[in-house]
Amino acid sequence: MIHVKNLNKSFNSDHVLRGITTDFQRGITNLIIGQSGSGKSVFLKCLIGLLQPDSGSVFYEDKEYGKLSPKQKRELRKQMGMVFQGGALFDSMTVEENVMFPLKMFNPMSSNQMLNRVNEVLDRVNLKGVNKKLPADLSGGMQKRVSIARGIVNYPKYLFCDEPNSGLDPRTSSVIDELIQEITKEYNITTLINTHDMNSVFEIGEKIVFLKDGILEWTGDSQSVHHCENQHLNNFVYSSNLFKQARKANLKGL
Amino acid sequence: MNYISHIGQYFIMWKDIFRKMTKYSVLRSLIIQEINDLGVRSLGIIVFISLFIGAVITIQTALNFSNPLIDNSLIGFAARQSIILEFSPTFISIIMAGKVGSYITSSIGTMRVTEQIDALEVMGINSLNYLVFPKIVAMFAFPFLIIISMFVGIVGAYVAGVYGGFLSADQFFTGLKEDFIPFQMVYAFIKSFIFAMILATVPSYHGYYMKGGALEVGKAATTSFVWTSIVIIVSNYLITQLLLS
Repeated sequence: MIHVKNLNKSFNSDHVLRGITTDFQRGITNLIIGQSGSGKSVFLKCLIGLLQPDSGSVFYEDKEYGKLSPKQKRELRKQMGMVFQGGALFDSMTVEENVMFPLKMFNPMSSNQMLNRVNEVLDRVNLKGVNKKLPADLSGGMQKRVSIARGIVNYPKYLFCDEPNSGLDPRTSSVIDELIQEITKEYNITTLINTHDMNSVFEIGEKIVFLKDGILEWTGDSQSVHHCENQHLNNFVYSSNLFKQARKANLKGL
Repeated sequence: MNYISHIGQYFIMWKDIFRKMTKYSVLRSLIIQEINDLGVRSLGIIVFISLFIGAVITIQTALNFSNPLIDNSLIGFAARQSIILEFSPTFISIIMAGKVGSYITSSIGTMRVTEQIDALEVMGINSLNYLVFPKIVAMFAFPFLIIISMFVGIVGAYVAGVYGGFLSADQFFTGLKEDFIPFQMVYAFIKSFIFAMILATVPSYHGYYMKGGALEVGKAATTSFVWTSIVIIVSNYLITQLLLS
């Protein structure tokens, strides 16, 4: 579980995060949603320690991240997997080397064991026969899957996904969403997904945190979105006619 | 004020490079890779430039010795001194600031832009150690490249001087051995080593701390070349003042 308490972050006079307090539970898909510029990415970077918050605390289970020594922070980070928006795969390494990288760094496995684990996770994300390919030879969806495979290969306790669907077609987005949700259940990990994809919200949003101008405006699940009275959330979620129709149908019980 | 903060951040970077070492088995392969990328792949251009500059130094010196009282062996002497003291250590380093320096800045800068450095950090890896330390170790080989440059430069000087009809082979070798002070080789070696550290770290600094996108990677590579050259030239003055005066 990750507990966030009164988190604030500014860049000069720009107050990006304002007093965010929330929890993210293990075994469910936690979504952070909001418009571009609402502070989602900054929030995620503060959680994983890539940015230092101005004030507030982030607790991983009972450990306060800000109070950990650099060594303890590195140890905690070994338990994290991250899927970056652009994949962030090491472009000079093959798919196999990319996925094997966290194992090589931290795991005392033999080469054969590492290779077996790499094949296992590549198989899990439905990628076969691409071990020796470079990231540049793969499609966007395949790169995301390699990134997920790299994120889970070292048995993480926490998985962070920064807009895993950006730049993907709806079908591939849906596959990636389902994959992340399945992995979350299967590995019983705490998963945080930063997204503004409404399909993700309705399909896998077991806990949704809505940010507006750096303020946490609403928390709920995909079902409660339909009944929500928050005007900002409704403007954001139902900005397309398709979702407006879906909401009407849902409220009518169709 | 901005310059002071950059200088401060540069020295903090040095400290952070050694903060948490990467696993030895991983570092070993990275160091071998960097020796190949930064050293071996630079050998061709170093040999080519040294050969021709050595030749040009000899021709220029010979053409400027118009006094018949000056012995031709001084051409060999002047070529040796120019090549060993300045051309090979300093000017090859500045050329390498363009070749190796821009390669380092653009490769690390691209990793920054594409979040690969963030990915390393999230995994709990000291990205500065992982990226910069192997370059520092690989650049320990740089003084040996400079020795090769000296040798090839003198070969170029010999070929241009003797086969160009400016002096005889005996005169060249007499000049080459004249008043040779072994400490000058030590001086050249020391400054090559310091320039190697500058070549490994100043471009890394510009790549690692850059902000922005693809255009900024290009700008960072240019800035890195300018600053690496400036730091090399200023260091050259200071080292010469300290060791030779």
